[in-house]
Amino acid sequence: MTEDERILLRPLVETSKRFYVVATILALIVLWGMIAYFLQVRFGLGRTGLNRPEYWGIYIINFVFFIGISHAGTLISAILRVAKAEWRRAITRSAELITVLVIGFGAIQPIIDLGRPDRALNIIFNAQMRSPLLWDVASIGLYFVACTTYLYVPMLPDLARIRDLGIKTPRLYRFFAAGYTDTPSQRAVLERVIGVLSIIVIPIAVSVHTVIGWIFAMTLRPMWHSTIFGPYFVMGAIYSGIAAILVAMVILTRVYHLERYFKPVHFDYLGRMLLLFSILWFYFTFAEYLTVFYGAEPAEMRTFWAKVTGPFALPFWTMVAGCFVIPLTLMARRATRTPRGTFVAGIAVLIGMWLERFNIVVPTSVNPIWELETLGRYLPTWIELSIMAATFAGFVLLYMIATKFIPIVSIWEMKEGRELSVKEVSERVAGYLPEPAIATVGGEA
Amino acid sequence: MARWGMVIDLDRCTGCAACELACKSENNIAPVSPDQAEMGRAMSWMKVQTEIEGDFPDTSMHFFPRPCMHCDNPPCIKVCPVEATYIDDEGLVGQIYPRCIGCRYCANACPYTVKYFNWYGPEWSDSERRHLNPDVSVRPKGVIEKCTFCHHRLQKAREDARAEGRELREQDYQPACAEVCPTAAIVFGDLENPNHRVAQQKEDPRATRLMEELGTQPKVYYLRTRE
Repeated sequence: MTEDERILLRPLVETSKRFYVVATILALIVLWGMIAYFLQVRFGLGRTGLNRPEYWGIYIINFVFFIGISHAGTLISAILRVAKAEWRRAITRSAELITVLVIGFGAIQPIIDLGRPDRALNIIFNAQMRSPLLWDVASIGLYFVACTTYLYVPMLPDLARIRDLGIKTPRLYRFFAAGYTDTPSQRAVLERVIGVLSIIVIPIAVSVHTVIGWIFAMTLRPMWHSTIFGPYFVMGAIYSGIAAILVAMVILTRVYHLERYFKPVHFDYLGRMLLLFSILWFYFTFAEYLTVFYGAEPAEMRTFWAKVTGPFALPFWTMVAGCFVIPLTLMARRATRTPRGTFVAGIAVLIGMWLERFNIVVPTSVNPIWELETLGRYLPTWIELSIMAATFAGFVLLYMIATKFIPIVSIWEMKEGRELSVKEVSERVAGYLPEPAIATVGGEA
Repeated sequence: MARWGMVIDLDRCTGCAACELACKSENNIAPVSPDQAEMGRAMSWMKVQTEIEGDFPDTSMHFFPRPCMHCDNPPCIKVCPVEATYIDDEGLVGQIYPRCIGCRYCANACPYTVKYFNWYGPEWSDSERRHLNPDVSVRPKGVIEKCTFCHHRLQKAREDARAEGRELREQDYQPACAEVCPTAAIVFGDLENPNHRVAQQKEDPRATRLMEELGTQPKVYYLRTRE
């Protein structure tokens, strides 16, 4: 067993008492949320705080939020792979795992939100393809399949290694390793599949959050009907994805002692990306709000002022602090691009991005276009908050359990990095430079 | 082919809300408790909105009965993922209750906020239950409902006309709100038929449509003297 294997496989065979305590608490929260959902199905969506015209609330906010986080894996393991950023190696597995789980937890949110979940299959039997919701079903379904494959395929060498070492449930690993033995030809196929998947997954990821933005943008509602929404949502999704990875990396480092893998340079580089995206976020948000303000259509302005100075001023300015001020100030300085600094910035961005979705969904909903229509109000009930808590708890719980079955840092990719990439990268850098002048023998002296 | 539409003369409307009440009883619209109504969950396919202009004591009050606009270009039908809301050949926008999955996307897409959601299942007292209209299906919990221009009446009127071997007349098909309006502020008929009152009245210089600029092409016209 190599040093990497000793460290990275330890969580699979050793489980602390604290793990069981935390897992039990999370499982109880999930159970509580399931009871809440049962009550909602039994008695109707009346058990939520939703009303007319506030038709969409917590569930749709969480839907956008979770699917947004899923862009974590795409960025790290696909975009960075295509860009040949070698520092990604230690992070790919943990990021892809976030992706697959949050797609699942995100995708169930609109179903929780349905008045008739028993008829959910109507979207297949009576599909009306002009509806952006259907585009979403198609795009998220494809994304889930692609990302699950993209998590599983690069895991094969590690699964095969665990099978060969026989350290845990041999039958399970024999099944999932699917006869992989790491021969050179198998490795070549594997690399090719990963290469193709990493390219395929990028446009699908872009389409996923674009279409979620379009769900809002395709209506005529003030501050939803905006062409910026597609790109704005994609940018925000990657932003919250980076924040989620940083938070996960800090926690994983603490719990499983992965300091050797998640090094200061990783936090520094991801911190720089967070900085870039905080500025992008400001640019997009400013462009959107200035356009609304300058055009000054009455219906748009009612929603605008409701956010900037009205009843939603607190969530609005907290969002600005969380998405811009805090990450900008922390990530602009090298001294705070540390695990601790990125953790604080990451949490701030996650809260800010959740509030961004709140500020998109709710203020527009409660401000109908027609001025004679009564304004809405929205106060989520304990049912909605319990289901929300259960969603977060369920995600963390499944992530924890997954770390007990798969090495959270890809062992073979570390090995490959050591054995091949160091040489490859130095050759590549040499290739960027002009060829050294060839000394001519017997020329002019 | 008929194109059903409505003309509402706001200068005639007294705000009596008889249309609201007639609609509720015609269409089996379930009442909700006062605290549910307070939460914004009361259902009223036809809703008389009030508009107060000026400052006290120099105020004037206007009433604005608001049914479904039955748009020719309805934003609600485009977004429905299961085609539960549709527009028929005669321009009536309907809702298929047994197919609706209750996602409420149509309700968000409608700029006129005319779509209502059944947050709970419908409940009636025994006395009300005995007087439910047998021609209109009762909606279960979790689906969207809306004004249909009483299209069940059209079906009936058409059958009667066919049985009597004659053309459908204007008075044969009137929604409950138009039928009951004491000042005849609500007029209903075929917008394409020059003999129908709506076809003439929609040409009135006072005629406007709500949020015409959105391009939804509503088939409800409002007549209103401009001050």
